[in-house]
Amino acid sequence: MSKVTLEVNGKKVSKDVPNHTILSDFLRDNLNLTGTHVGCDTSQCGACVVHVDGKSIKSCSTLAADVDGSKVTTIEGLVKDGKMHPMQEAFKKMHGLQCGFCTPGMVMSAIDLLQNKKNPSDAEIRKWLEGNICRCTGYQNIVAAVKEAASKV
Amino acid sequence: MASLVGSRVERKEDKRLLTGKGRYTADINIANQTYAVFVRSPHARAKIKKVDTSKALKASGVVGILTGEEIAADKIGGLIAGWAIRSEDGSEMKVPANPPLAKDSANFVGEPIAVVFAESLDEAKNAADIVKVDYKVLKGVINTADAMKGEAIHDGIDKNLCYDWLLGDRKAVDEAFSKADKIIKVDLINNRCVPNAMEPRACVVDYNTASEEITLYTTSQNPHLSRLIMSAFGGVAPENKLRVVAPDVGGGFGSKINVYNEEIVCSWASKKIERPIKWVAERTESFLTDTHGRDHVTHAELAVSNDGKFLGFKNETIANLGAYARVFGTVTPTYLFGPCATGVYIIPAAYSNVKAVYTNTAPVDAYRGAGRPEATYTIERLVEKAAMELGIDRTEIRMKNFPTEFPFKQTLIHTVDSGDYVAGLEKAKQMSDYNGFAARRKKSEANGKLRGIGVSSYFEACGIAPSAVVMSLGCGVGLWESSEVRFNPTGQVSVFTGAHSHGQGHDTTFAQIAADELGVTLETVDVVHGDTDKGTFGMGTYGSRSLAVGGIAIVNACRKIVAKGKRVAAKMLEVSEDEINFKDGEFVVTKSNKKKTIGEVAFACYLPGSRDSDFKSPLPEGEEPGLIESSFFDPANFSFPAGSHISEVEIDPDTGEVKVEKYTAVDDFGRIVNPLVVEGQVHGGIAQGIGQALHENTEYDETGQLITASYMDYTMPRADNFPEFNLGFTCTHATTNPLGVKGCGEAGAIASPPAIMNAVIDALDGQEISMPATAEKVWKACKLLKKSNSKAA
Repeated sequence: MSKVTLEVNGKKVSKDVPNHTILSDFLRDNLNLTGTHVGCDTSQCGACVVHVDGKSIKSCSTLAADVDGSKVTTIEGLVKDGKMHPMQEAFKKMHGLQCGFCTPGMVMSAIDLLQNKKNPSDAEIRKWLEGNICRCTGYQNIVAAVKEAASKV
Repeated sequence: MASLVGSRVERKEDKRLLTGKGRYTADINIANQTYAVFVRSPHARAKIKKVDTSKALKASGVVGILTGEEIAADKIGGLIAGWAIRSEDGSEMKVPANPPLAKDSANFVGEPIAVVFAESLDEAKNAADIVKVDYKVLKGVINTADAMKGEAIHDGIDKNLCYDWLLGDRKAVDEAFSKADKIIKVDLINNRCVPNAMEPRACVVDYNTASEEITLYTTSQNPHLSRLIMSAFGGVAPENKLRVVAPDVGGGFGSKINVYNEEIVCSWASKKIERPIKWVAERTESFLTDTHGRDHVTHAELAVSNDGKFLGFKNETIANLGAYARVFGTVTPTYLFGPCATGVYIIPAAYSNVKAVYTNTAPVDAYRGAGRPEATYTIERLVEKAAMELGIDRTEIRMKNFPTEFPFKQTLIHTVDSGDYVAGLEKAKQMSDYNGFAARRKKSEANGKLRGIGVSSYFEACGIAPSAVVMSLGCGVGLWESSEVRFNPTGQVSVFTGAHSHGQGHDTTFAQIAADELGVTLETVDVVHGDTDKGTFGMGTYGSRSLAVGGIAIVNACRKIVAKGKRVAAKMLEVSEDEINFKDGEFVVTKSNKKKTIGEVAFACYLPGSRDSDFKSPLPEGEEPGLIESSFFDPANFSFPAGSHISEVEIDPDTGEVKVEKYTAVDDFGRIVNPLVVEGQVHGGIAQGIGQALHENTEYDETGQLITASYMDYTMPRADNFPEFNLGFTCTHATTNPLGVKGCGEAGAIASPPAIMNAVIDALDGQEISMPATAEKVWKACKLLKKSNSKAA
């Protein structure tokens, strides 16, 4: 067992979990933050993307114990004072989601893109989202949403 | 009041899905739940000699282990084929038993043999590893084309043949062919695809020992249908003791129509072990056991005259059903495929002959478009080849054979109520700058690239419904849809629908429809679906039927509300009914302008009395209190969306990489309720079709091992595989429903594979290449091209 202490969405949490507990399970099973999804077991689909110390990572292939002491932000942590993050607003406005399963990872990943690049081109957005698979949207409105958010952030 | 139908309304469901508050099946946990892990066959074909659970039962945390023996002893029924298809000779189709846990033989890799329940997932996995199954491994039948030559894999099913089906007139076709100037021939493989909804299948079952009711939370496109099948055929529980809830579902694409082994087993077992059970598929389990799509081997011919008129069509197809026939497995390659294979053309004589075969692979069933993508691929490859061989422009030859009068009686079965195929293709040509292609090709060639253009014109029969028709074709149930509309006393409206949303946006689009009909605001209306305990029985969502069938049930129920409202308003306003006009939520007396809002009328319907002795009841004599109406809508015909898509690809001959440079889609979906949602549906469909054409392939090796069973091996299209799609619409209203809507969910996936493949083949100077046109295949084709070019020089 390992004691894992994290700051998740601004709140300090501490849990004793088996050593092999992965971060996505820690968030979903131990903290009931089920907004982070698991869509594959091979670190391809990106539904599990969260921010660890501000950077997007795939929580399904990260051991919770490995990020002990970090600040973690999940999709649930983006809403501030009841207001959605501009990226969430943009996804809604541009219809950047359908079934919603890949969406949390998509949004977390896209936010990190804008942290790295202020006004990305279509090609840069599409390249960045390589690690996030969506089966519903054909990606077009996701790209449109990221551009919309870029114009607002 | 502005009409909501037709507006780009942002989705009501988005806020919860965007903030992590979606509730998918895997998010549900029940106190004291056990975790299920299935023991699956590692062999494609094997006799099961013995299942030894003794060691596993003693493993840490194990609550129970169940096998095919126990499920058979409890007489739990198996999985079913939903459609009975007859062979050309009139004989009934051959269907093997498909028990939820295999007892005697396993017929595909991944077929469940036993299930372990344990206190934790880790313990369940560990115990499943030590369940010992003694197999006698047999040589499997894997390949579609050779399946009839292989050993029979199911007892009593000769040649592995489910049916040998014919639609059309062979004699008339022979006659037409004898008069043709030219016969165009194609041999096609429609590659097997894995639907790959991003949410893996899952179920959580809770058995209530007091009420003896089973609640099954599951990833289903059709919870009511699942309950019906599990109750009527599975014998898991009577319908009133089985509640099926499909909460937020992360995509379906056809793969979540079927009731699967795991749902039946866990529901049955929860009652047996008296504990809640949770099962969530790993992605590889999804690859191995979700129903797959397509997998046809087709030889087709088109008889043409020198001036480009189509005279006759024949289609000989072998369709792979996989190991078992499932709910839409047998109809997908017949009635959903054959009639549409003559495309959007007048072809006087035609037939489709389909031999459906069993193989030791995962069952094949409906996958976005189900039969219609295969049909469109067949005819559109033929038409493109005909244009090339006859030296006629690809758009001109299409226009020449389009019907221009509607209703159009298509050669096989369908009478298409409305359409304007010429307008669609003209618009697509204009939007794609078709005439400027030659210049763009030159430019590409100057850069050492090959450029091709491809057209695909399609129609499809969707809005899968008319019960009288589908039941006459072999469907085991009627495919109507239901709705109940409850106008609450304090003014809000709950709309219950039997359709199910797993990305389609029904919370919004159905609310738009109801709000318009009732003259209330969008915010007033809540759409409720996905729970057999809430609302009326319904058939679910597939075949682009939610709006054209389910949406109309909502319209009809709303109109009943308004009709009753009018009767009540007339009494309240002391006029006769025909003096009242209902508009924008108000019942207005035309002459005096006196009025009652629908909210006031609803309130009165629920409070039809008073302590004041002079008070007159607002209800006309004989009128019941309350304001709740329901409707079961069964349309007179399918609906028939149609359109033309044009794509342009550029090939790098040094790498074989195909880049989709331009993609233009012009579709006629009839009236559009929400353009934002419809565009999203089209984008997604096109992407799935391009995935099939260029990237996705499901590959079994000769022993039946699925070698593309993870995202490491199966190419899921990514954002950078696509250009920005350019969408346009034409509109002819459907005449078979009061909204004039046709359905849009599958069109993109139907039209796009031939649009892309025609472009790739055009770039390769007519050299045939099969789907998916991967870089390796295209690179090889480019080498052949260079050789023949240098010979010619």
